Amino acid sequence: MPKVEFNVDRCKGCELCAVFCPQKIIKLSEGINKLGYHPATVKEMEKCTGCAICARVCPDCVIKVYK
Amino acid sequence: MKVVFERPRALSDVTTHYCPGCTHGIIHRLVAEVIDELGILERTIGVAPVGCAVLAYNYLECDWQQAAHGRAPAVATGIKRALPDRVVFTYQGDGDLASIGTAEIVHAANRGERITVIYVNNAIYGMTGGQMAPTTLEGQVTATSPRGRDIKQAGHPMRMAEMLATLPGVSYLARVAVNKPANIMKAKKAIKQAFMVQIDDLGFGMVEILSTCPTNWGLQPAKAMEWVDEKMIPYYPLGEFKVPGEVK
Ligand SMILES: Cc1ncc(C[n+]2csc(CCOP(=O)(O)OP(=O)(O)O)c2C)c(N)n1
Ligand code: SF4
Repeated sequence: MPKVEFNVDRCKGCELCAVFCPQKIIKLSEGINKLGYHPATVKEMEKCTGCAICARVCPDCVIKVYK
Repeated sequence: MKVVFERPRALSDVTTHYCPGCTHGIIHRLVAEVIDELGILERTIGVAPVGCAVLAYNYLECDWQQAAHGRAPAVATGIKRALPDRVVFTYQGDGDLASIGTAEIVHAANRGERITVIYVNNAIYGMTGGQMAPTTLEGQVTATSPRGRDIKQAGHPMRMAEMLATLPGVSYLARVAVNKPANIMKAKKAIKQAFMVQIDDLGFGMVEILSTCPTNWGLQPAKAMEWVDEKMIPYYPLGEFKVPGEVK
């Protein structure tokens, strides 16, 4: 099963990954991270295709992708 | 299950000071990926500008020298001539390259210096709080053009790629954008080419990269990505203006 892993405390909550994810499965968390932002997260990981588009648009290299 | 995407080795494992959604971060990563793919990390020297990328030496694992505002191409010239076996690149904003450093970039390109220039055009001075740059678009509101850039008073936005492509010393020159996945892939190819012409001793290589400044444009990061398509690309067309072996 493909999956993405977020380096939560590096995320600045810019939402570019969420906007560009073709599956629309990325959302910002309710809680805040060490930097004070709402970090990106995925609830329905089973819908991830491992396309890595989220990782390629992330300006902060927060996302690691497995396929 | 294998890893299909992770931080390139040449990109430092630290939090950057860039604003949320600023595409300086994407460009840093692309340069790092290219350095990794070419296997040149140990012999690469970057020259950092004055501007938001002034701290780039904290973010890429190669050696660095920070230059006075606009002077990166002159500093890179000195480094490359003293150490010709190194791969030398500058990383400059549009205020740095197209305003205070216009003379340095034009003459380095004209001399055909064997350097690579990563030119980040976000149509504004980011670091100092969003003043008008030579690249600011007609009608664009900035801190110093509150009614929008008036071309009668401030002149036309400067197309550096087209201008520099006329110089015979230039081997490779392209304009790309990093505002969507397909453009990011093309941007990486162009950055690689601009490094390759230096490694192959063919001449000066530069990539102009249309980048966002969500903070000073006053736009959400995703809206800033759209603004590049709607406003910047029509005036700053993407493409290769010069490729090795061709004089246009
Ligand atoms: C000699 C000198 N003049 C002016 C400045 C002020 N200054 C700092 S950054 C900057 C412009 C930065 O804009 P740009 O190159 O577009 O980079 P960005 O911050 O947008 O990435 C200016 C004018 C300075 N530091 N040194
Ligand atoms: S001020 Fe603009 S260019 Fe500078 S880090 Fe912030 S968004 Fe990026």
